[in-house]
Amino acid sequence: MTTPDSRGGSYNFAYLDEQSKRMIRRAILKAVALPGYQVPFGGREMPMPHGWGTGGIQVTASIIGRDDVLKVIDQGADDTTNAVSIRNFFLRTTGVATTERTADASIIQTRHRMPERKLQEGQIMVFQVPIPEPLRWLEPRESETRTMHALAEYGIMHVRLYEDIARLGRIATAYDYPVQVNGRYLMRPSPIPKFDNPKLDRNPALLLFGAGREKRIYAVPPYTDVKSLDFEDHPFEVQSWDHTCALCGADDSFLDEIVTDDKGGRMFVCSDTDYCAERRTADGANAEAAE
Amino acid sequence: MSADLPLLRVSQVSHFYGDRAGCRDVSFDLWPGEIIGIVGESGSGKTTLLNCLSARLQPSHGRVIYRDRSEVMRDIYALGEAERRFLTRTDWGFVHQNPRDGLRLGVTAGANIGERLMAVGTRHYGNIRDTARDWLGRVEIDAARIDDLPPAFSGGMQQRLQIARNLVTAPRLVFMDEPTGGLDVSVQARLLDLLRDLVTRLKLSVVLVTHDLAVVRLLAHRLMVMQRGRVVEEGLTDQVLDDPHHPYTQLLVSSVLQA
Repeated sequence: MTTPDSRGGSYNFAYLDEQSKRMIRRAILKAVALPGYQVPFGGREMPMPHGWGTGGIQVTASIIGRDDVLKVIDQGADDTTNAVSIRNFFLRTTGVATTERTADASIIQTRHRMPERKLQEGQIMVFQVPIPEPLRWLEPRESETRTMHALAEYGIMHVRLYEDIARLGRIATAYDYPVQVNGRYLMRPSPIPKFDNPKLDRNPALLLFGAGREKRIYAVPPYTDVKSLDFEDHPFEVQSWDHTCALCGADDSFLDEIVTDDKGGRMFVCSDTDYCAERRTADGANAEAAE
Repeated sequence: MSADLPLLRVSQVSHFYGDRAGCRDVSFDLWPGEIIGIVGESGSGKTTLLNCLSARLQPSHGRVIYRDRSEVMRDIYALGEAERRFLTRTDWGFVHQNPRDGLRLGVTAGANIGERLMAVGTRHYGNIRDTARDWLGRVEIDAARIDDLPPAFSGGMQQRLQIARNLVTAPRLVFMDEPTGGLDVSVQARLLDLLRDLVTRLKLSVVLVTHDLAVVRLLAHRLMVMQRGRVVEEGLTDQVLDDPHHPYTQLLVSSVLQA
């Protein structure tokens, strides 16, 4: 399966060679069979530095087909550097259709956010993961963390949450908030805000996580239980805002604070640009219909 | 029937580092509520033996059999790793000579005490804190210091914190490696006092390794003297110390300075 010469050169469809894709797909299948388990894979060098999403890109490259419609987001936005360059990368190496609309996409690669719109069956989310091991900052030895996973010894993670409460009066971890998948493996959901954690639970879409530098793939299959860790007397809760989105008025989305001048001016807007735009278009249409 | 069986049965445990023997042919029974002291000079194999007994170092020969809470005698090296690890952090405790080896220095005193509770599934923050405060009190640390980091504590306090951290899950057997080493005498005396009190009250069995004869005199019921990996003499503590038979024990007892 090679791309036509019109797309320049001798790169294979979606950059990776077919054997590499097969290897990654096998890792993905294993990851789906063991929800939350980190499957090692032979990560390839990609034409960009680690930390730019090489894990997610390899996963996307292995699953993308000619009929797919790709959406790439970075911090919720479709128009930031990381999102634009990854989208262009796949546009050049596959020629598949791309979109900014969550509803139209079959594959959504993301960094740091999940879309506000509910995902559907058949859609696939690909997360870029910097550090896949949830126990890493608590236990430096890889051999030991693997044993801890094997024996489901996860008490130490609660020690971390305990420390949060003891020092700050509440669980202050706001992103990359540890979850337990399917009642078994402890998992880092990648640096999404904990606001998005409830969306992981029993999501109809397939969620794939790729860590390029650490060469690990893990997955949350559709409709899998994902529980955010907490204490009985300090239950998990998501952040909330005193504002609504300054552009679309949404009160149910994750808001970014944007500084507008050097006199203390600031506004709060949806971080999910597609969600915000969709709401504004709908409002416009409603207003027109009302006239 | 459980009263007929020892808590820990050690039979012919030997461990070799290459050709050299760490410890050789050690056998003894430890009964519930009993404290056994192991003394000897540096390099006599005390620590090797302790590691073999506490499931930290698989012996080259011999067996270590533990009577678990369901009264079944189990070879600790035949247990699966999951069971063995569970045992070592619930039913057992290990007090290191250097509290820094036994504590998590990056988290507060409360979290250090609460870690074992959380490891066995306690998920109520308030209860964990109450237990931690209670244990700080029992080891004579001001409960107001619950949110301090261990490095902010003195050596004696760190050692007491380590003891609290081990005892919080109500273990039945505690291994201690020179628990009073590196502490000055007045702090040592307080710690010994505290240990004696806790051990009697909780009916703990203890394997206590030390080179300090005063410590075993105060704490241990029975005593084993080790030299070059072998147990050269054993018996009731007072008996061994007051009427030593083996030349090495005689040397050891006579080397202690009388204050």
